[in-house]
Amino acid sequence: MRLTDARALCPQLAVAPADPAGDLAFLERLALWAQRWGPWSALDPPDGLLVDVTGVAHLYGGEPALLADAAARLAACGLSVRLALAPTAGSAWALSHYGPEQAIHHPGDSLDALPVAALRLDPAVQLVLRRLGLKRVGELAGVARDALARRFRTIRAPAANPLVRLDQLLGRVPEPLLPVLAAPPPMVQRRLLEPIRHRSLLDRVVEDLAADLVRVLEGAGKGARRLELVLWKVDGDMLQRRLELAQASREAAHIVRLFAARLDDLDAGFGIELARLTAPWCEPLALSQQQLEAAAEAHGTSLAAFIDRLSVRLGPAAVRRPEPFASHWPERAQRWIGPLDPDRPRQEELAFHARPLKLLDRPEPIAVIHASPDGLPRRFRWRGTLHEVLRAEGPERIAPEWWRERGGARLRDYYRVEDGEGRRYWIYRHGHAGDGRGGVPEWFLQGLHA
Amino acid sequence: MTDPTPLAAFARRRLPVSGLRQSAAWRPGLGASALHSELFAAGNEGSGAGLALALALDQAGQDDRPFLWVQDQAALRLSGRPYRPGLPPALRSRLIHVAAEKPEDALFALEEGLRCRDLAFVLGELAGNPRALSFTASRRLSLVAEKHGVPLWLVRLDAARDLSSARMRWQVSSAPSAPSRWNPAAPGHPVWQAELFRARAYPPGQWTLCDDGQSLIANPGHQQAHPVDLVPGAGDRSLAAG
Repeated sequence: MRLTDARALCPQLAVAPADPAGDLAFLERLALWAQRWGPWSALDPPDGLLVDVTGVAHLYGGEPALLADAAARLAACGLSVRLALAPTAGSAWALSHYGPEQAIHHPGDSLDALPVAALRLDPAVQLVLRRLGLKRVGELAGVARDALARRFRTIRAPAANPLVRLDQLLGRVPEPLLPVLAAPPPMVQRRLLEPIRHRSLLDRVVEDLAADLVRVLEGAGKGARRLELVLWKVDGDMLQRRLELAQASREAAHIVRLFAARLDDLDAGFGIELARLTAPWCEPLALSQQQLEAAAEAHGTSLAAFIDRLSVRLGPAAVRRPEPFASHWPERAQRWIGPLDPDRPRQEELAFHARPLKLLDRPEPIAVIHASPDGLPRRFRWRGTLHEVLRAEGPERIAPEWWRERGGARLRDYYRVEDGEGRRYWIYRHGHAGDGRGGVPEWFLQGLHA
Repeated sequence: MTDPTPLAAFARRRLPVSGLRQSAAWRPGLGASALHSELFAAGNEGSGAGLALALALDQAGQDDRPFLWVQDQAALRLSGRPYRPGLPPALRSRLIHVAAEKPEDALFALEEGLRCRDLAFVLGELAGNPRALSFTASRRLSLVAEKHGVPLWLVRLDAARDLSSARMRWQVSSAPSAPSRWNPAAPGHPVWQAELFRARAYPPGQWTLCDDGQSLIANPGHQQAHPVDLVPGAGDRSLAAG
């Protein structure tokens, strides 16, 4: 029937345009509100709600009291409702649509008297069943199950298969439902210890709020499209600033800059005591990777990170730290340990020994001419160069450590020498003539002084 | 003008700019503007590393952070490994040594060290003129050192003076040491003959530098064979005055 025809029949007809989207939005809000009676709720569009009240009824003093409470509260909202409480979603739907007022389905109650329309079937299937003479649920249940299965074997959709719907009604097969979940908009707020009246302080608060909001948005992987800043004044008045962004954004500096232009005409009155920033409209904004090691570029790496990098490329044995060791033997007086290994307790070093800055890994043999058999060296040849010794100090005799060496180890007589050009070396004579531990003692160059 | 000039670098390090303008020549304690220095030395003497450590100590002052000493294989074979008992006492417990196989690895270690905020300074020892140490590599080191403010002392052993972007370049050799306090026949405090042959902020010059254990003392010119006056008087009373 068209509207004009209806008006011709009844001129007092009140007309309101249909708003399916608004109805659905209202239903969603109502579903969230209905979670006051149960942990989750599901939509049954266009006009139904399902609430899971398993184990909840005793909180309201029983199932009838729960239904009465729901009826009273929904009536207070101005809604006319039909309520039913049943073990399965299918039976609850059937009872609410075709059962008595505020029906409660107890186990063992029969649903045979309900019409087949209570099975949530498509009109075409209902027509088929009516032509088959099946008008009640009980009559359908009376038909042999294999006959029904054969008749509707090609139809998988539950809304067109009476057997599936019947099983759902009686709880023989599960019926998953999609619950409604609340997604509160990202919101941050600051309660201020003292009311602020000056713009500089407010800017500071907005900066803090923006930083907080950005953190919240980052956690949710979203960017804000619309932002609302609400400021409550001491006298209860409320100031509101709203802005929209062209693109989902998560930059605190950007948000602060945009709000800065909108805060010029604020009248703080006696002061602002609460500020709240919300993002009612958000869009997904994936986290984008910052520049790799940007912080290290700006502030330098830490010592541990630096050592890790070197150890990975050069091998852990390449990066080391010398540690003194209690030994007189020069090569043994230092050990190499890991660069971050802790210092071990040790003896104080002897301060009167002058030691070279660098030590050759293997002492290199040198040819030495000395004035007298056991005297100071006069000149020596090392790496093909003749060095004239002008100043020398020694010998400093270092005996082999008998508890570590073999029995025949020879002692060393160390000399600190300086040649004519000022080059300073640490040389030693390995053994001395007539010690009975080898032939003529050899000379070696072991260290380079600074 | 956006690129950092030496003057701006000076201001960043909070040193008096007037000091730079008035000082015609380099002197100890004045090298802080150059964060990348090269010291050319012979491989058969310890003068390069010795003077580098002395200059680094002179420049850094009080600092407890560790320092890095990088050597490539050739430098290690040529002049040996650092020996802890022979290091200056202020540096003994702070050494982190890197023995790199190739010059490329040594340069990598140097650059990573310059990026590290926990290092007081970085000392590198490279032998000869490796292909890896091109002008580009040296400029890279300069930029990293100036960005992070970590001084780099690069000792070049037996190397020719090739292209480099180092801010100060020295030629170093050992010089007859100061007389020893107790034994006139013994070598004393180390003395080096240093020639600053290229620098950004200073004219070239020659100095005889002596490290007496506490500070670096410079004497211009190189005529004096035995710089007796460089060693300060003994701080203690003589035993006779007792």
